[in-house]
Amino acid sequence: MTDGGSAPDVLATPFAERARRALGDPFLQEALSIATTKFIGLRREAFADFPAGDALRDRARAIKEATLQKLDTYLEALADNVERRGGHVHWATTGAEAREIVLRLCRDRGVRMAVKSKSMASEEIDLNEALEHAGVAPVETDLGEYIIQLAREKPSHIIAPAIHKTKGQVAELFSRELGQALEADPEVLTAVARRVLRARFLEADMGITGANFAVADTGTVVLVTNEGNGRMVTSLPRIHVAVMGIEKVVPSMTDLIVFLAILARSATGQKLSSYTTLVRGPRRPGELEGPEEFHLVLMDNGRSAQIAGKLREALYCLRCGACLNVCPVYRQIGGHAYGHTYPGPIGILLTAMLKGERAVKHLAHASSLCGACQEVCPVRIDIPRMLVDLREGLDRDRVAPWAERAAFGALARLLCSPALFRLAVRVGRITQRPFVRDGRLGRLPVPGAVWTRTRDLPPVAARTFTERWKDLA
Amino acid sequence: MRASLMITCLADVLFPEVGEAVVVLLRRLGVTVEFPEGQTCCGLPLFNSGFHRAAAGVASRTVEVFRGAEHIVVPSGSCAWMVRKEYASLLEHHGGPAAEARTLAARTFELSQFLTQVLGLREVDSPFRGRVTYHDSCHLLRGLGEARAPRQLLQGVGGVDLVELPGADECCGFGGSFSVRLPDVSTAILERKLARVEATGADCLVACDSGCLMQMGGGLSRRRSRVRPLHLAQVLAGGAP
Repeated sequence: MTDGGSAPDVLATPFAERARRALGDPFLQEALSIATTKFIGLRREAFADFPAGDALRDRARAIKEATLQKLDTYLEALADNVERRGGHVHWATTGAEAREIVLRLCRDRGVRMAVKSKSMASEEIDLNEALEHAGVAPVETDLGEYIIQLAREKPSHIIAPAIHKTKGQVAELFSRELGQALEADPEVLTAVARRVLRARFLEADMGITGANFAVADTGTVVLVTNEGNGRMVTSLPRIHVAVMGIEKVVPSMTDLIVFLAILARSATGQKLSSYTTLVRGPRRPGELEGPEEFHLVLMDNGRSAQIAGKLREALYCLRCGACLNVCPVYRQIGGHAYGHTYPGPIGILLTAMLKGERAVKHLAHASSLCGACQEVCPVRIDIPRMLVDLREGLDRDRVAPWAERAAFGALARLLCSPALFRLAVRVGRITQRPFVRDGRLGRLPVPGAVWTRTRDLPPVAARTFTERWKDLA
Repeated sequence: MRASLMITCLADVLFPEVGEAVVVLLRRLGVTVEFPEGQTCCGLPLFNSGFHRAAAGVASRTVEVFRGAEHIVVPSGSCAWMVRKEYASLLEHHGGPAAEARTLAARTFELSQFLTQVLGLREVDSPFRGRVTYHDSCHLLRGLGEARAPRQLLQGVGGVDLVELPGADECCGFGGSFSVRLPDVSTAILERKLARVEATGADCLVACDSGCLMQMGGGLSRRRSRVRPLHLAQVLAGGAP
């Protein structure tokens, strides 16, 4: 699967270079630091006030595990129930197929403009670019997505796509793109976006959404949003298309409640999001509102291959973004540096799932394995474990650079032989001599310089503990 | 009571005084300290970088070295985690002595856990005096689920004034090879940590992992900070250099 991702020029530079650039961007640093700190605090408070939280997280994880065991059964039930209510179901094996299904609907029904509510599934398949290419104007109606679309960028966070921008930058962007001088006041900017978007909701022929969940035994697509735009996207245009990854299905409404109780708490610290929209097909005879047609696109795009694969647990992901907020790496470099649709620790796993393990040969190492991601994950996905497994695969398949494999091979031999280990210590002691100043190593030549450029290093001790033990015994 | 010290590669070569402090401390508590010969490293650096077959080779050796030990005490959260949580499955996958690794895991303790769980230590007889703050090492905190023991022990020292570090549970940016694969990101994470450490007004920054101490100590030293990095054992033994 090679669908999705960012513009090629972003991928052309190595990950480390993109990360370095992000570290040097003061606006990004300011925006990220404020937003992630706020998200962390809100989430912590939400769960502190919610004693049932831990048990519900276990329950949610168990539901995900059980659902994946019989995914085909639940998907068929979902499809049957959607069709029973007059909806249409489309199956897409690849991202390209999912894209083509939406484009065909646009062509066949003369769609000129599509309003969208926030959807990572549509980002995953670069749907906006495909729509534009086909002469359909996509209009993002989530405020963050609207900002990103105006800036011609990609989301840098799973739930807060414009997290990397300061309000000053947004004011500048709006002023330029909308042709009026606007102050850096979030309320003013939101009101402007609202006014512009109102007109689009009424003009659009199609509404495109993702799906946070889809309930198999009722055929209900569930959208969790905060701005109310999702409701207008699903009810005003004459056609509603929902694009969802097949792992989003849950068996029943009872199961859904478990997820709703932990999703918003994990994402934004809310008990529930402002809007929980339950969609059951097109407008029925006698109903006053709703679309004339409802289409559900069930997209695989590399997912089913992982049901029995090493990335299986990544299929539990609810896309809450909590692991991004707490990740020390994400908090420093933001989402764009990762270079793919899904950033952060879970993004590395999802990228490996969508684009293959080779696509993350550098990203697999973009983690200190601190475990903060797993700790906050509402379904306790063992992200560090899977990152290590990916690294293991890169070594075994000889994707890791030759020099690295050679270096670690040498280290392994050293660690298996106390005599070699002692020899290495002696060699270190001699070679470090010219570089020791005030009892520390401050400037080492390559490769030690990688460390000492920013940090001192203690010298190899004149006598190791092993050597001192004789005196202690 | 007998305890075998697993010194760990970093403490052996870079921080031998930590090992000495552990010996002084345990002996003061009436423990007979043993030091099995032929120790090198637990294999965690290889494991975390994905070189699992090589890590399994090192793990097999470690199992062998500590075969006769009653308790194994490790002054490092990450190495203790490796032995306790990863050895058995690693060796199972690579045809090593997995059953023996399981019994080794059950006898292996990170230092603060050994002191509180096995020895039941509360009040600590240490001449150390000073204002200290404590950094939670990721593997000790989230890997072994231990936040209390080190703090309890520090508070058990009469001369210690413990101030809580804001964001104590956040990574210091070390992460083994991560610190040299992405040195700029690692350093940015470190800077954030050290700014908070210095804001506490503490004289000493205490941790239970040589990796974190190498990273944070290296940063403190580079910025010529007045804050001294110390291993928990050095505070408890009281003979800090």
